[in-house]
Amino acid sequence: MQQFLATTPTNSSPAASNPLERSLLSGYRPDPGVYDEMMERSGELRPHWKIFGQMLTQHAAPDLRGRHETIQRMLRDHGVTYNIYDDASGTVRPWALDLMPFIVSPADSRKIAAGLSQRARLLNLVLADIYGAQRLLSEGKLPPSLIFSNRGFLRPVHGITPPGGKFLVTMGTDLVRDANGAWMVLADRTQAPSGKGYTLENRIILSNIFPDEFSACRVQRLAGFFETERESFRALAPSRRGTPSVVLHSPGPYNETYFEHAFKARYLGFPLVEGGDLTVRDRRVHLKTLEGLRRVDVIVRRVDDTFCDPLELRSDALLGVPGLVEAWRSGNVSIVNGLGTGVIETPAMHPFLPGLCRHLLGEELLLPSVPTWWCGQKRELQMVLSNPERWVVKPAFARGTREPIFIAQTDARTRAELLEQIRAKPHNWVAQEVLNLSTTPTFVDGALQPRSLVWRTFTNASGNNCTVMQGGLTRVSPASRGLVVTMQSGGISKDTWVLTDGEVEQTTLLPSQPVVIRPARPPGGVPSRVADHLFWLGRYAERLEQTVRVLRTMLQRLTGEGSELQSRELKACMKLLEALKLDPETTKSHDFNSIRSMARKIVEDPKKEGGIRDLLIRVRFNAAAARDRLSDDTWRLLNRLERDAKLSTKQWFVPDALAMLDSLVLDLAAFSGMQMENMTRGHGWRFLEIGRRLERALGVFTLAGAAITSADESVLTPMLEIGDSSMTYRRLHFARPLLAPVLDLLMLNETNPRSAAFQLLVLGRQVAQLQQSPGATFSASEKELTDALQSDLASLNLAALSEFNEESRDFVTNLCDRLCVNLEKLSDRLSGHYFSHAARREH
Amino acid sequence: MRYRITHRTTYTYDSPVTVSHYLARLAPRSLPSQACPWHEIIISPDPGERAARTDYFGNGTVYFEIEGAHKKLEVVSRSLVEITPSTPPDPAASPSWELVRDACRADELNPATTASEFIFASPLITPEKIFADYAKHSFPAMRPVLAGVCDLNSRIHRDFIFDPAATDVATPIERVFEKRRGVCQDFAQVMIACLRSIGLPARYVSGYLETMPPLGTVKLVGADASHAWVSVWCGEELGWTDADPTNNLLPSSRHITVAWGRDFNDVSPLRGITIGAGKPELSVGVDVLPEGAL
Repeated sequence: MQQFLATTPTNSSPAASNPLERSLLSGYRPDPGVYDEMMERSGELRPHWKIFGQMLTQHAAPDLRGRHETIQRMLRDHGVTYNIYDDASGTVRPWALDLMPFIVSPADSRKIAAGLSQRARLLNLVLADIYGAQRLLSEGKLPPSLIFSNRGFLRPVHGITPPGGKFLVTMGTDLVRDANGAWMVLADRTQAPSGKGYTLENRIILSNIFPDEFSACRVQRLAGFFETERESFRALAPSRRGTPSVVLHSPGPYNETYFEHAFKARYLGFPLVEGGDLTVRDRRVHLKTLEGLRRVDVIVRRVDDTFCDPLELRSDALLGVPGLVEAWRSGNVSIVNGLGTGVIETPAMHPFLPGLCRHLLGEELLLPSVPTWWCGQKRELQMVLSNPERWVVKPAFARGTREPIFIAQTDARTRAELLEQIRAKPHNWVAQEVLNLSTTPTFVDGALQPRSLVWRTFTNASGNNCTVMQGGLTRVSPASRGLVVTMQSGGISKDTWVLTDGEVEQTTLLPSQPVVIRPARPPGGVPSRVADHLFWLGRYAERLEQTVRVLRTMLQRLTGEGSELQSRELKACMKLLEALKLDPETTKSHDFNSIRSMARKIVEDPKKEGGIRDLLIRVRFNAAAARDRLSDDTWRLLNRLERDAKLSTKQWFVPDALAMLDSLVLDLAAFSGMQMENMTRGHGWRFLEIGRRLERALGVFTLAGAAITSADESVLTPMLEIGDSSMTYRRLHFARPLLAPVLDLLMLNETNPRSAAFQLLVLGRQVAQLQQSPGATFSASEKELTDALQSDLASLNLAALSEFNEESRDFVTNLCDRLCVNLEKLSDRLSGHYFSHAARREH
Repeated sequence: MRYRITHRTTYTYDSPVTVSHYLARLAPRSLPSQACPWHEIIISPDPGERAARTDYFGNGTVYFEIEGAHKKLEVVSRSLVEITPSTPPDPAASPSWELVRDACRADELNPATTASEFIFASPLITPEKIFADYAKHSFPAMRPVLAGVCDLNSRIHRDFIFDPAATDVATPIERVFEKRRGVCQDFAQVMIACLRSIGLPARYVSGYLETMPPLGTVKLVGADASHAWVSVWCGEELGWTDADPTNNLLPSSRHITVAWGRDFNDVSPLRGITIGAGKPELSVGVDVLPEGAL
């Protein structure tokens, strides 16, 4: 997502004489030297904007502001994010979507579609030649040095004919419009173009924000394109045996566009996998699932090709699959896009395309590129060096590592250094003319302002006829004088409305559900890695709940009068915190202030291991890594959890903290309810459940062990509160808490869903279920372990516990310790059997 | 000369490996001055199917997978090679280095621009000014290219110390250049960096040296393992000419060429990816015996 423009909207242009005096539109004044998408120089709306413009004036300004806020809320609820690599505040950043769509006329869209289809055909022929006979090089149509110096040229790919016949199946093309109103290509995205998922999300939101406008304007639908794309991926399967299995290969949750990978995988019904989920055996690609290996026919990759196979490509490619290149070479798997397509992603290719188009297709290039010069050629280099102010330069091959440089804006020293770099390795640079990009109205601070735009289009080139998406991802510069339009540098996105002058294709949908396509067939087995993450999601969510409950129980005793009982219970709570390894250093001093500041640290400090923020990050990480298995509602809940965990005030005020902890308890309850009520009972669910039960049992044993050691009955009431069992206790015993009945309720009572016995019962049942699944490489040792845990717990003799004597204390403490050790052992055994694939993952 | 070559590579893993993938480049090339009438690779445990092909640079490669728990992998390559000894060309008779450099810069593919593949950065070798500055002393204006190459060859031999403890396969060449220490792989890559930095095409050659020298000759350094040297493009007439900076000579009949590429990464004799194991222990043994020596 790149690039530039140089527009300086002026405020001095004369007020447009149009009939929309009252409206937002009357205040809109584009720079007269620039092509504006909505407004002609005369101030008239362009024909294809008229309907939307007129409808817009029906809305009062506050109404539009309200809709703008609704967008922000929907983005938050849907969890739409764009990860920024070097953002210190964390990897997640909300996506920015503008209220105003970008509207394209039917005539423009027809011309562009023709241009893009031609470009896709052309680029496929160029790729086939570069990785084949290289006639274009020997006949002087392409400089050999452009290929040889190009990092995207993958020598191991040379000589391979891709299964399915084409290297380039899915193409992204960034378009801009110059001051004369001509569309041109700014950049090609030929590896794994991102943005389709965001495009869809933008459409879902904006068609809900402007439902009437959306249908009145006759906006072309997106769903048809996605349907085509899904079918085209399936059709690429090399062998015709049964339902083709297609996977989406993602670099994982740290990638900037991970949201979109998960979104697309769920939308298209393909499993989302990472490199470690795939393995090559007999030169065929397989998915590692809990039920064993499953053959993969098509890989839709979101991983850059050089990182796809550590054996033949970059040896440090940990995201890759060893042997993948060989499997592809043997024709046993299709890869979309083919490996090696990065070679034509460089802008250095632009100046050669008109000639190549005439040579290969016998046609004129319909859609020109932004005028570009590759410094790897002598004449071009001289031209750039002799008049540097004219140019914006950028690296030819290192995509995304540096923003384009406007030489005219550099100081003397920077410029000298830059020119020296260009002279030393001219082939690494391209120069382009500085363009005045067209502007489009954008809703900023309650008013419309002109902003420069880049439009990413998407083309599917699988069949004989290319399909061009009737829409796309439009990005505008964040500031009116912005020089760079990228999402990385804080750009804003727009929904793109391509209008039709015919009928809107109705293969699909209602405006309120513009993107529903027919459900995919049930996905294959659960990848081991996903099971691993779900297991840990269960564990961390449960640990978070425990921590919240312990903190809440403690903070409640910080308020009020501070009676004798309260302060003894507070002391007991500190012991429990200590048992959870949450803050041993301050437990010595029990004055309110140090307890308060300790609690604050646990609630607010992200570096506090086991603290609320730390656990939230772990929950989020594991949920994100298994995101395609979690429903939208579950995801919304997780987002809410994070929002609720933020204290609104800077001051640390105990009642605020308590209110916050209360809402976390409710969010977590909703989360587990969602898991119980809404998730299919597959192995994915099973591991989430096992993780949760295992962690809860660990919690009970840890706290019970600590309570016994403290030898003080004041711990019992807090224990019951933490175990959410006060009500039950009162109903059963009508008495103040006593040791034996409390322990009975929390440890042995199998009807209490918070008791340890209940957890072990469920664990035993779920582990037995794993054993029965077909094809699982099961070892009986997990079941033996859960059986042993249950009988060990049953050895607890409550009759001997009616009083706190040393012997009974030691017995219970030892029992609890032993049970904890064995539960951790169970966790390790499960990991060893079901999750081990690559090197042990850190959690 | 006829040589019998045995190249044995053994990986020992500290815990069993369940699946591993390998790429071997072990077959000696067939060249005008080198024939390879016999070559075989014996792999244990048996990988079953293997996929043999010729890579982009014309090197013979074999892909194989080993499935099933194993703690040891042994790959033995046996070859019979015939070398036709040739006299190295006369350096003084080669064209000037500037002429060779400029001929590579044409805009269409011909023999010289094909060589231009080897003037750009490759995964392990990035041309830089420090290398150009070092190389320039050997390449004053209008010097015949091969004379310059011989001079650079001797300087590297003189300025760098052969020290197997100083580097490993992952040491970057900048570090080698700074420490002035390394092994044949390092010297070859430094020399390539120097040549590319002044615009001359240079490639990396891997192969073997005769192990037991005939009486009266000196045993060459690097004879007990795979060896590496350099090949330089010297213009259309001379073509690619080899130079061995580790031994300060231009190879004639005692070097056996196995593979070439842009750097070590393109030609490593046996590359393997294992999953789940600790660091493997590697042992390599090479025997190159003139036929009839036993």
